[in-house]
Amino acid sequence: MHAKTEGAALLVERTGPLALVEDGGRFGVRHLGVTQGGALDWVSLGWANWLLGNPPEAAGIEITVGGLSLRAEATQWLAIAGADLGATLDGQPLDACGGFLIEKGQVLAFDQPHAGLRAYLALPGGVDAEPFMGSLATVAREQLGGLDGHGSALKVGDRLVAAANVDGCRTLPASLAMPADDSVLELVTGAQIAHFDGASLFAAFNETWQVDTRADRMGVRLTGPALRCGLGGMVSEGIPLGAVQVPPDGQPIILLNDRQTIGGYPRLGALSPLACAKLAQCAPGTTLKLSPSTPHQARRAYLKQLGEWQ
Amino acid sequence: MSRLSISAALTPRLETVGMDALMVRLFDAIDEAHMPWILAADSALRAHLGDALVDLVPSYTTLLVHYDIARLDQAEAKRRIHTALEGLAPASTQTGREHRIPVWYDESVGPELATIAERLGVDQDEIIRRHTARDYCAFALGFTPGYAFMGMIEEALATPRLKTPRQKVAAGSVGIAERQTAIYSMRSPGGWNILGRTAVKLFDRGREEISLFRPGDRVRFEAVSRDVFIEQGGDTTPLEER
Repeated sequence: MHAKTEGAALLVERTGPLALVEDGGRFGVRHLGVTQGGALDWVSLGWANWLLGNPPEAAGIEITVGGLSLRAEATQWLAIAGADLGATLDGQPLDACGGFLIEKGQVLAFDQPHAGLRAYLALPGGVDAEPFMGSLATVAREQLGGLDGHGSALKVGDRLVAAANVDGCRTLPASLAMPADDSVLELVTGAQIAHFDGASLFAAFNETWQVDTRADRMGVRLTGPALRCGLGGMVSEGIPLGAVQVPPDGQPIILLNDRQTIGGYPRLGALSPLACAKLAQCAPGTTLKLSPSTPHQARRAYLKQLGEWQ
Repeated sequence: MSRLSISAALTPRLETVGMDALMVRLFDAIDEAHMPWILAADSALRAHLGDALVDLVPSYTTLLVHYDIARLDQAEAKRRIHTALEGLAPASTQTGREHRIPVWYDESVGPELATIAERLGVDQDEIIRRHTARDYCAFALGFTPGYAFMGMIEEALATPRLKTPRQKVAAGSVGIAERQTAIYSMRSPGGWNILGRTAVKLFDRGREEISLFRPGDRVRFEAVSRDVFIEQGGDTTPLEER
């Protein structure tokens, strides 16, 4: 091991629209009304971490649509994965996915989306900060997590300290593609699907959906055929990740990591975790298809993904 | 009504809701008499699922079980849940904890105290008397951390949500909507009818039990004066100035 400064830091010199500390999420506290949070595209965060030898859920930075600029206070290895946000190192283009050495004083900058929406930056050992309820996941709405523990996004002057040192990085086994138009998202069908009429179900899985501009870390609205459900006023109940809820206007909302913990709209089911990760990279206007899936199929694909990081 | 519901509890329905989540459905309607059953199911599920449990979200009529997909497939999760719920019966100890919540009921921090009094043709003290007259049950936590949906308030007090939700409702604001009542746990948008404010913090990271309430807890409001509210650390800034 080369002896490097313990806890090498990056200084935030410019922020874009949204850059957040995110990890695998906050668990075991949802009965207290605390949501799960965590990286929306957990697959890309996982690869960025894998490049540095971190656990896949280690805390990194979720950079939404770019604009972030960081200066290295010491030489260290970093890795990025996920969306191509035109990342540069001292002005020289970087691969959208890969590890690299940043020298003291160099600037890592993200520009704007060329493919996908969210890039993930991993630091050796993850971002070093005080977790709240077991996680660093930033949930602005709940004023929880992040560097300050109160849900703040990164701001100019913040310092990102690495929890460890490494003296190299891995190479990606294959390139990671961002979802293109007409990507297929697997939807684990739920019991309430029986309350939707046949024409609605046919439309749900055969017609094309479009990602709406009303999309954030809580949920993503899709526009397309109106879906009709016979379930009337429902009593609020717990909501799983990726839940595809259908309010009375018939346009589904897919509930993501920062969703409220309970809610009362009927659901077609829930996107698989891999499909949630894909959806997180779809800009408004992207078209997509929903494909019915089972817990068994979704689990197999999920475990395969985890296996790639072993 | 509740007797029928209790017999339904003996045959809980298990529904697929996602790759790694199952919904345990015990009842169909909101009823305070259901909460001991929900709490009993909560303890039983926690005990039987152990480390394989990621999150358990009890609500009015259901419990959402999020299990560790790396350890259990759905068939095994279902087996464990069925075992956990076999012979389910609420213990007399599972009635939830009791809380007394001091509230400064005043128009300045609770504008709907006036509008509801006017609608019912009674004075504001009568609204306060009625809101403080009974114990409420915390059915579920959600909306924001530590926020508890409680009920039931008496039928005559039931009031629909505001047509236009407020952009900002102060933390500690005590509100009602339909037959439920709640306290805003943090400053947030909200559409409930606000009657007053408490200095008690529902979600306090400096406290060992960060969330004051847990599902199934029992809550009684009591009216306090402005002076006592201030002494307790309350913020008297009028609601509409926030």
